[in-house]
Amino acid sequence: MKGPSRAAPYVFIGPTLILLAVFSLLPILVAVYISLTDMDLAGLANYSSIKFVGLQNYADVLGDPVFLLALRNTLFYVVIGVPLVIACSLGAALLINFGRSRAFKVFRVVYYLPSVTNVVAVAVVWSYLYNPGIGLFNYVLTSLGFDKVAWLTDPTIAKLSLILLALWRSIGLNMIIFIAALQGIDRSYYEAAQLDGASNWQQLTRITIPMMRFAIFFVSVTTMIGWLQFFEEPFVMTQGGPLNGTVSASLFIYQNGFQFSNFGYAAAGSFVLFFIIIAVTLLQLRLQRKQAEE
Amino acid sequence: MSLTPKQAQSAAPTGRSRDKLQQWAAGIVLTVFGVAMILPFIWMLLSSFKTEGEIKRIPPTLWPESFTFENFGKLFTEMDFGTYLTNTLLITLFSFVGLLLNAMAGFGFAKYSFKGREKMFLLVLATMMIPGQVTMIPVYLILNSVSLTNTMLGIVLPGFTSAFGIFLFRQFMSTLPDEIMEATRLDGASEYRLFAQIVLPMSKPILAVQAILTFIGGWNSFLWPLIIANDEKLYTLSVGLSLLKGQHGTNFALQMAGAAFMVVPIMIIFVFFQKHIIENYNISGMK
Repeated sequence: MKGPSRAAPYVFIGPTLILLAVFSLLPILVAVYISLTDMDLAGLANYSSIKFVGLQNYADVLGDPVFLLALRNTLFYVVIGVPLVIACSLGAALLINFGRSRAFKVFRVVYYLPSVTNVVAVAVVWSYLYNPGIGLFNYVLTSLGFDKVAWLTDPTIAKLSLILLALWRSIGLNMIIFIAALQGIDRSYYEAAQLDGASNWQQLTRITIPMMRFAIFFVSVTTMIGWLQFFEEPFVMTQGGPLNGTVSASLFIYQNGFQFSNFGYAAAGSFVLFFIIIAVTLLQLRLQRKQAEE
Repeated sequence: MSLTPKQAQSAAPTGRSRDKLQQWAAGIVLTVFGVAMILPFIWMLLSSFKTEGEIKRIPPTLWPESFTFENFGKLFTEMDFGTYLTNTLLITLFSFVGLLLNAMAGFGFAKYSFKGREKMFLLVLATMMIPGQVTMIPVYLILNSVSLTNTMLGIVLPGFTSAFGIFLFRQFMSTLPDEIMEATRLDGASEYRLFAQIVLPMSKPILAVQAILTFIGGWNSFLWPLIIANDEKLYTLSVGLSLLKGQHGTNFALQMAGAAFMVVPIMIIFVFFQKHIIENYNISGMK
């Protein structure tokens, strides 16, 4: 369809294209450039003092023990967090979709609720729940006869505590995506299976899960990308501590950029993370294609 | 009418009661985990009405001994939550301008054929894949070079447009019938009037969802205000709340009041509009 005015489409898309160019595309070029320089606070005040250092930042960041620890922590978050998110949100979606009573609709709201609330507020609440002395979790544990848990002060437990919080926050959104996918499955498959006397479990494993393949793939890719960028939970709750035990790659980049003002160094770190994200996503796409061919 | 199910039941009594049992089991499992999902919110609300002394007590009291609104008052006297609230509402208001721009772009991509349309749309989608960590520092430097750091404009501009929003608007608007638009054009209306008076009113479902999500996003905005605002006068509620956590680290009653102040309005809006938000994922074609 051709509009009578040839300028109109450009007027409609122009403002957003300009904004996206300035705040999404141009920054990539700027980031590439500054990652090759020693840009810091002095460089911010006086551009002429910025020196070109080639790939030095990349070499430094890949040899930085804190960055390597941050990458290992990020791997820990992804390996434990992503399967948990997928399993829990799929489980919730299946149970809610299974229910015939209207009351089950209430669960959609209840499970989704943590996803819409502010991360800082939620982190403040969970810090209180995790408090070793007067927190609710330790109180419940001790009154049941268990020992107190060092929720946020032991490096490994602290990582798990942050995963628990992030899991709680991310079940809702993925659950809704799964429910939408479940409701898109043609009823006639189930009717045919029931006529053949298939049990609920058989219907789940032979019809539902295979039909959900694309939704599961979509959720795994987006969840994986999200968890590789894990940032807000450690930022608000632990600031990366104890002993950098919870620092993630994203938090490392933020700290180096905005707390230590090593802009060039942080930009180099951000590209390392970017390449990891691209590599992991491409790998998943490949696995998916292979699976689809089989 | 009551005969047939009964007959069916007697024909297959085990299957039917087993099905009922499974329904109950699913309901109970969901209830147990559902209580765990909202427990942090309940604990937050109850604690926000306790006094500073009561909150430190062991064993903790479940129900506040006497409900006090003192904590909420302190947010405005000891902290500057009034200013933070104003800033947050301003940012939210600004982000609605961004929403309008997204709607315009979605319309442009959906209903016009022009040179480079496919390529430009792909470019828009490609920006979704750029992680925030990569653009965070350069965007700060760009804003700094035009003296927009520590300004309200600098806080709102980076988040103005959303590629996903543009995508959803395009998806929805391409389903609008061309005939109505043609008829409006024949009546002599300009393209801009067509957009404002025909297309926008017809796009109410997607506008409603996007408006709610924009409000929630604006209300919760944290990272850009944190990076761009040096001055406490520009802090938003979430930045103010993280400041409160640092300054009143042991006063959990005050912290819970601050958290409740942020969370409860969003909860009310969400419960009120949840049907639209949840249906958004059907509109986006995620099936």
